[in-house]
Amino acid sequence: MTGIAVRIRGWPERHPIPFLIVAPITWLALYFTLIPLSEGLVGLLPIDRASHLGGAIQFFFYDAPKVLMLLTAVVFVMGMINSYFTPERTRALLAGRSEGISNVMAASLGVVTPFCSCSAVPLFIGFVQAGVPLGVTFSFLISAPMVNEVALTLLFGLFGWKVALAYLGLGLSIAIVAGWVIGRLKMESYLEEWVRNIPRTAASFESAGLSLAERLQGGFAAVGEVVGKVWLYVLAGIAIGAAIHGYVPEDFMASVMGRDVWWAVPLAVVIGIPMYTNAAGIIPIVQALLAKGAALGTVLAFMMSVIALSLPEMIILRKVLKLRLIITFIVVVGSGILLVGYVFNAIF
Amino acid sequence: MKDIKVLGSGCNNCKNTVKLIEQIAAEKGVQIQIEKVEDMQKIVSYNIMATPGVVVDGQVVHAGGVPPRSKVESWF
Repeated sequence: MTGIAVRIRGWPERHPIPFLIVAPITWLALYFTLIPLSEGLVGLLPIDRASHLGGAIQFFFYDAPKVLMLLTAVVFVMGMINSYFTPERTRALLAGRSEGISNVMAASLGVVTPFCSCSAVPLFIGFVQAGVPLGVTFSFLISAPMVNEVALTLLFGLFGWKVALAYLGLGLSIAIVAGWVIGRLKMESYLEEWVRNIPRTAASFESAGLSLAERLQGGFAAVGEVVGKVWLYVLAGIAIGAAIHGYVPEDFMASVMGRDVWWAVPLAVVIGIPMYTNAAGIIPIVQALLAKGAALGTVLAFMMSVIALSLPEMIILRKVLKLRLIITFIVVVGSGILLVGYVFNAIF
Repeated sequence: MKDIKVLGSGCNNCKNTVKLIEQIAAEKGVQIQIEKVEDMQKIVSYNIMATPGVVVDGQVVHAGGVPPRSKVESWF
């Protein structure tokens, strides 16, 4: 029995290419069964499908597996892509280039390079040591936590591709411009003393030469780690969405965060600063806010503020940055988010 | 006896890495001296760009995320 189990377990790693062909097909097949399956499940329950409860439950049965499947697929693919974009390679790509283009590259690389808040300092130092300009480093530091595949997937799965695309575009724009502005302010002297005294290193990079099987392993590990951490938040978010879908009538009144109030966006940004949660944790709140009539621009601004201006990360960065630079960072990024919120509300 | 340092500022990944290493060392019956380095300046001196990082007998063997089981086993 153990022999069979062992043979099944290592199967994808031992035959990576067949797996990469079979998996998407299986995934798609499962995806298309979700609607009939959810309807079937609701049919089995002793409730009226046309009732509010029936509507809410069908929504949940359909959306929960749908979003979790999307998330698993995207995290897996990103886990594989991440194995190509290590911090070392990113640094080598950015070192010594002039600003402007570098800011765009840094922000884009932030999306595909794996990043964890506690790595912020070693990563920052590593970049500075190798001669990556300060502004470019900031572009990376802004986009990496904020524009990540979890946020994008959840926004896409729950609110549609337009919202996800808006978040991606706006997030990258803020990262690029804010990083560039900070670079222009020439605040290198506001790095802590010991950081400026660190010896320089070369930005050269040797590819680790991972095999496809190892990259597959990376994908699986990412799924276990990320989906394992956020699935509960996702279900909570969908449950709220389901309740709203089933019970809240189509026309509702705009509330405090509605688009008519000029101070809604600044309020959203300011409230977001002391709050911190990962991308998935904020989704239930986003669901609830949108349903209560909050304007999309305001809600996106809130979401970005919570993730990008995270107090724990600021506290960690305080070890390498002087207070004035941290405040500059918060002001520049905060202003960017503010602007984005207003513009978005004005256009849509 | 192997000298192992786990570099990290104290988040969950770092704690889990320590646990994993101690567990596998016990399984393999290898004696280790394990130390958690949380001071940022010391961590940075090892030139890693992501935490948790692992140093075995003076050599950096891993940086970034909890190391996979197979990797930890290869150090013993």
